[in-house]
Amino acid sequence: MDIINVLQLVFSSALVYSAPLILTALGGTFSERSGIVNVGLEGIMVMGAFSSVVFNLTFASQLGNWTPWVGVVVGGLIGILFSLIHAVATINLRADHIISGTVINLMAPALAVFLTRVLYDGRGQTDIISENFGKANIPLLEKIPVLGPIFFRGTSAPAFVGIAIAVLCWFVLFKTRFGLRLRAVGEHPQAADTLGINVYMTKYAGVLLSGLLGGMGGAIQAQAISLNFSASTIAGQGFIAMAAMIFGKWNPLGAMGAAIFFGFAQSLSVIGNYIPIIQDVPSVWLQVAPYLITIIVLVGVIGKSEGPAANGKTYIKSK
Amino acid sequence: MSETNFVIEMKGITKEFGTFKANDNINLQLKKGEIHALLGENGAGKSTLMNILSGLLEPTSGKILIDGKEVTINSPGMANKLGIGMVHQHFMLVKKFTVTENIILGSEPNKAGVLDQKTAQQSIKELSEKYGLLVNPASKIESISVGMEQRVEILKTLYRGAEILIFDEPTAVLTPQEINELMQIMKALTNEGKSIILITHKLDEIKEVADRCTVIRRGKSIDTVNVSTTSQQELADMMVGRSVSFKTEKKEAYPKEVVLSVENIVVKEGRGLEAVKSLSLEVRAGEILGIAGIDGNGQSELIQAITGLTKTESGKIKLNGKEIQNNTPRNITENGLGHIPEDRHKYGLILPMSLEENIAIQTYYKKPLSNKGFLNPKEIKEYAKKLIEEFDVRTQSETVPASALSGGNQQKAIIAREIDRNPSLLIAAQPTRGLDVGAIEYIHKRLIEQRDNGKAVLLMSFELDEILNVSDRIAVMYEGNIVAIVEPKETTQQELGLLMAGSSLEKARAAVEKELGKEPTHVE
Repeated sequence: MDIINVLQLVFSSALVYSAPLILTALGGTFSERSGIVNVGLEGIMVMGAFSSVVFNLTFASQLGNWTPWVGVVVGGLIGILFSLIHAVATINLRADHIISGTVINLMAPALAVFLTRVLYDGRGQTDIISENFGKANIPLLEKIPVLGPIFFRGTSAPAFVGIAIAVLCWFVLFKTRFGLRLRAVGEHPQAADTLGINVYMTKYAGVLLSGLLGGMGGAIQAQAISLNFSASTIAGQGFIAMAAMIFGKWNPLGAMGAAIFFGFAQSLSVIGNYIPIIQDVPSVWLQVAPYLITIIVLVGVIGKSEGPAANGKTYIKSK
Repeated sequence: MSETNFVIEMKGITKEFGTFKANDNINLQLKKGEIHALLGENGAGKSTLMNILSGLLEPTSGKILIDGKEVTINSPGMANKLGIGMVHQHFMLVKKFTVTENIILGSEPNKAGVLDQKTAQQSIKELSEKYGLLVNPASKIESISVGMEQRVEILKTLYRGAEILIFDEPTAVLTPQEINELMQIMKALTNEGKSIILITHKLDEIKEVADRCTVIRRGKSIDTVNVSTTSQQELADMMVGRSVSFKTEKKEAYPKEVVLSVENIVVKEGRGLEAVKSLSLEVRAGEILGIAGIDGNGQSELIQAITGLTKTESGKIKLNGKEIQNNTPRNITENGLGHIPEDRHKYGLILPMSLEENIAIQTYYKKPLSNKGFLNPKEIKEYAKKLIEEFDVRTQSETVPASALSGGNQQKAIIAREIDRNPSLLIAAQPTRGLDVGAIEYIHKRLIEQRDNGKAVLLMSFELDEILNVSDRIAVMYEGNIVAIVEPKETTQQELGLLMAGSSLEKARAAVEKELGKEPTHVE
């Protein structure tokens, strides 16, 4: 393979694996910016993945090419429903955020696998979907000489959508009234309250947005990478997305960059054989790499990275 | 005088928390354009009353009239709409936001949801010029001074069109110079037709700016008086309900040998910056050394280093001639240290544990409180009862959790525990923070008693009154160092204030001299 082909392979694989992480990390950013720690992202991704695969298998014949895209929307909606549990538990019932998130992480795979068995004759995994994201060429941009083929040909369409959403999220968070209020609630809920901002509603918005984006992330993972649903479809991607959010300093663009980096790490086990320097590394190391890199990055960064001041604290309004 | 002359009338306000009446049939009337002081001890119910007025709490019963019309204030947003703005004691500011963002938050100028920062900065500039509230709209809150933070809080209320401003203990965190400025600002606001309620327990402030004063004691309104015709003594007696003395009685100090000597120590704070920079000081037996300074100039870190709660990077700390730097707190304690910590809830007491356990917590491992590793509950109870009696800790019993005691009694329990061990050095950090006149009187007496018994006392406080009244020598700390050591007799609040703000002693003396006989000018 020549150098252009290798680069093309590296970039497109990295993007394929980063797409779910980008969206989920953005979701985590909204939740934590509103002051609610959401370790339930993993569980939300599971539900998004499951629902999108079921949708895909059921409606592929009617919707054709558009099936995976609609599947992503379905995954997002189911994600919202599931995150509602976390919102009610942490905002209204004042549950510990970590406990509630852990419950979601335990519940989601159990529920999804159970429903899989119910829906598909007792089997623990679904069939392979027929309509997946596959590889796409980005119109116009692919025609740029040299760069076009590397970045924009045979690549992941959901990743580019994710990048666009990240820019949108950045704009919403830092340039709009909603974003200012959301950040204020995560930093100093009492200050926001005294200024007439509805703290509880704002936190709901943050958590539900994390459900939407996390569910979409799960749906992309299932329809672009695993292509079916089983207990191992989502294997730590929710936690890696959280790491990306922290690495990205709770900034949508930073989270996106970190997600692409982690996506690249995940793709190593697939493409390692084609990259000259690392092709002799035993494949088990490349499979472990994303998790190892996540830990190293978090240990190196987490102390210095400062999250929203009131993150993880329950706000109790006095009456 | 008809009813409509009052911008606010609160009639028969009662607020119950369970069976406890925080406000009991309180009446308050605010005239347009006046500064109305609300005076009361801690826990008298001032803050509760004002939280009701600003929509944070709902009254159990009673009426509120604004411009003669009855209103229901059920949320802070509603209070804003009615023109009531509160300048909170603990600033309600988002540290990572800019001044502008903090001011506009909740009523942001925007076009289709997108923030319009330009319009916002323009209107903030206009407001700040109109009222002389100097701020830098683009600065982040975490990088501005406390005085400016307060101006931002005031601008927040004005931006929302407040006509009535409530100031909740506004001077607690300010230097004397900043207090002067604030007084000017308040007068400027009333000149523009705003009305002000000033919550405070500082009598000289009331005398300086307020027109009338309503006194509250134990949830009841006692009286409303004209400030110009009422003396400070009368106000204090009304507030406390008995005759109080202001001046702390004390004899001449006779300092003897050095008990604590600190030599060139360096202490880092949590983020790794140097909070104490090569600082040296000595405290002798039979004297009280006061440490004055604005919060955050390394006082807390200095005390944590001496008490062994934090690491000393370099330098020596000697207690009774023995080096104690980086020793364990227990070793230091046994070497003759008593410590009344700055934050009594975090370091002084274990709130959910019983009072007797809290009293025994420095000596529980010794005979007779324990034997071969087993606690002796009977002895612990006896010991606790003895101290409760001796130090007049008011409590239902020695078995209630420490959290059930009032602040003053919690502090008395800590003092009892620390003094009873007969330490040669007593460190008292902010010992009267948040306490009322009666409890302050008691604690000061105990500190002076320690000194008269030939012990060394190190007093750290942000209250200049306390420093001036109680100390025999005053060390002023600024940015991790002691910038001057002065005698209380030879200094003034103003001079200390300038020293605390980083001025040198010569400069401070010159400035104070220049000020004499002149009106205090508006300094920025």
